[in-house]
Amino acid sequence: MSAPATPPPPPEEGEPTTTAGKLQLRQRAGGIVPPVLTVIFAFFMGGLVIAASGHNPIDTYLGILDGAGLNWFWDDFGNTDVFELTTFNFTQTLLRTTTFIFTGLAVAFAFRCGLFNIGGQGQYTMGIVVAVWVGAYWGDSLPNGLHVVVGVVLAALAGAIWAGIAGILKATVGAHEVITTIMLNWIAIWFASYCFGQGGPLQNTTRGQESVPISDDVYEKSGAIIPILWGDQGLQALHYGFFLAIAALIVFSIVLNRTTLGYEVRAVGFNPEAAAYGGISVKKNFFLAMAISGLFAGLAAGTDIFGWKYDAGTLDVQASYVGFVGIAVALLGRSTAVGVGLGALIFGALDYGTTRGLDPEKFDPTLAGNLSSMIQGLVVLFVGADLLILYVWSLRRKRFATPRMAGKGV
Amino acid sequence: MAERSSAPLVTPLRVGVAGVVLGAAAFWIALPPIHARSLVVPALLAAIGIGAGIYAARQGQVRAGWSAIVIGGLGVGLAYLATRSSVGNLEIVFTWSSLIAAMFVFATPLVYASLGGLFSERSGVVNIGLEGMMLMGCFWGIWGTDKTGSWITGVLIAMLSGGFLGLVHAFFSVHLRADQIIGGTAINLLAVGVTGYFFIQFYGSENIPAGVSEIPRLDMSFLQSIPPEALGDFLFGAFGRLSVMIWIGFILVALSHVVVFKTPLGLRLRAVGEHPRAADTVGISVYGVRYAAVTFSGMLAAAGGAFLSVGVVSTFNEGMTAGRGFIALAAVIAGNWRPFGAFWFACLFGFSTALAFRLGDAYRESVAGLDVLAQMLPYVLTLIIVAGVIGKSFPPAAVGRPYTKQ
Repeated sequence: MSAPATPPPPPEEGEPTTTAGKLQLRQRAGGIVPPVLTVIFAFFMGGLVIAASGHNPIDTYLGILDGAGLNWFWDDFGNTDVFELTTFNFTQTLLRTTTFIFTGLAVAFAFRCGLFNIGGQGQYTMGIVVAVWVGAYWGDSLPNGLHVVVGVVLAALAGAIWAGIAGILKATVGAHEVITTIMLNWIAIWFASYCFGQGGPLQNTTRGQESVPISDDVYEKSGAIIPILWGDQGLQALHYGFFLAIAALIVFSIVLNRTTLGYEVRAVGFNPEAAAYGGISVKKNFFLAMAISGLFAGLAAGTDIFGWKYDAGTLDVQASYVGFVGIAVALLGRSTAVGVGLGALIFGALDYGTTRGLDPEKFDPTLAGNLSSMIQGLVVLFVGADLLILYVWSLRRKRFATPRMAGKGV
Repeated sequence: MAERSSAPLVTPLRVGVAGVVLGAAAFWIALPPIHARSLVVPALLAAIGIGAGIYAARQGQVRAGWSAIVIGGLGVGLAYLATRSSVGNLEIVFTWSSLIAAMFVFATPLVYASLGGLFSERSGVVNIGLEGMMLMGCFWGIWGTDKTGSWITGVLIAMLSGGFLGLVHAFFSVHLRADQIIGGTAINLLAVGVTGYFFIQFYGSENIPAGVSEIPRLDMSFLQSIPPEALGDFLFGAFGRLSVMIWIGFILVALSHVVVFKTPLGLRLRAVGEHPRAADTVGISVYGVRYAAVTFSGMLAAAGGAFLSVGVVSTFNEGMTAGRGFIALAAVIAGNWRPFGAFWFACLFGFSTALAFRLGDAYRESVAGLDVLAQMLPYVLTLIIVAGVIGKSFPPAAVGRPYTKQ
């Protein structure tokens, strides 16, 4: 490195410098068409893989649709009896949608600040640890209602702190958040495995279960759970956390679009140099955006534990992937509130419809579960590309338009 | 302290580095084969190291100084733990020759992947997808070995699969000018899905059958006869029975250094990564170089993955790379985008993994859950190193920027 480094070529004039900025600029151009095309194309490619491995893609996708309970809308609309399969599957899809709204927001908020938070999984895992700890061990000192609130809030804070570490490292020494959040993911996963594992501090205290690496059950220990909205408590019912997720979408939208904080976050995301020039502290907003992102991931954990999981084991935390689904949800939803909501519904349906809900007669659920992560990958891949197709398209139009516009002296 | 003299040989930076060495030595002498059982000498060494660190920090060498202070503190803490634990346990953990051999085993997947990342980044394309490319290599490597009965074809098939993912990444980031970080993340998600899908499709609920073709080890028994018996035994223990792919890894590091810094090809690669417009002006195909570099990057990462599955664990688990692609990327950054730099950091991360397993083995009985907690070690180390070195690293100037032909 003896020769002085050549300065990088300056960005073209008027171009936002970050991906988030480009997204903000171009999402207006395409509206809802590119995300829809992205999904269709991703499902089409998934279909090719199904066909290549000797199955019928159309039957498989119909099976996944039924498995997700989406046929509730045309077969069973208005039926609230969760002991019927279609209705039950539909509630399960909504249950996963709840989680994915939160983890999607965790990616979306940081993304609007130009940060790529792929550590939602670790933030969720730390939230799980804290939620189980509060839920199973603080029961004696708190009344039930307050207990749930304290548990969910502390889980959210745990997520915020975990993401805040990456935010501080980004703001102070400039460590790239992609590497730090992935490392924090694995640290969180091993920490949780230790907590719930054999001899760990949060392992269950049930007699005869000493060798099972699972925590105590929050419901059995304290009875403090989020009330049931739709379903039967013993059967993983949809809980009121669903409305909390909807509220989170609204809060997300208001904070980003109607507050000073949101304005600063978006300004930094659009072009950090320009924001700094305008007197906005880039470092402060990097930290805040990460911490708020982690808050959403922690909320996912809090509502999961107090809403329907009630306990967590080492295998659960090691096999969980909800944070990664959040990436696909946020990118597909263009990091907007409505987009994240719809994206979470799609991936919630895909997740349940390819795993527990899928009729094994139609397609092997273990295969389909992997199909679901393949489709996530394809969606994320094409999200980057559909922007480009639009971009090339607009360039071409500009090129054709230029001579005429030049004639008008514009 | 003689270091205080104003002789030109003694600069604050060197004092700081000496402090780091002393801090590390404080821990080292509490370990086999020296086994200091009292804390006096380690504490003394660490104190001198911390003193040197404070001096260096006050003379303006902030980074070296603080490193010495932190390592001195850690050194005395670890030495305390070492003096408190039994000699038997220490012997299990710190049998240096086998610890170094294990270090190479765990470092080699990282070495291959980080060389891959280096070529990609030197050409100006960030490759977050190393993780997914390694995972592809893990699965298709062991599938190929199982089906063809030879580890060589297995590794070649793995490299094809990784090269294919590299080609996809290159297409999206070079031609489509999509965001490279998002593209790489997509590669990672895609690889999890593809490997999981075909693993179930081909093997169902069963696992890879045992006894797939093993990667042979290079038997170097002559090392044992090197004069002082202790040295001969140590060399044989550390290097005597390493896998062929580990040695190929060593050769690749040296070869990469020569190619990147001493050949016209390497000059083109670096030119494209530093200033693509200038390279384009003198007639270098920016797109061509980037395609080649990213595809090659995927092939190397997949070879590393194949070593992990075929050479180390002889099986495949879904998501078995466990963040190694990102650790390899951290090694590239910490190693300042140089092959030998990346190699040393890959070895450091490999060492921490080897140490984590040894600690788990030694203390599983006495400390509940330590074997699980120890698994954090490589990730914590990566986090610290990424945070610590980033300020003084010089990435290729055009890394992450798509290039538009004019």
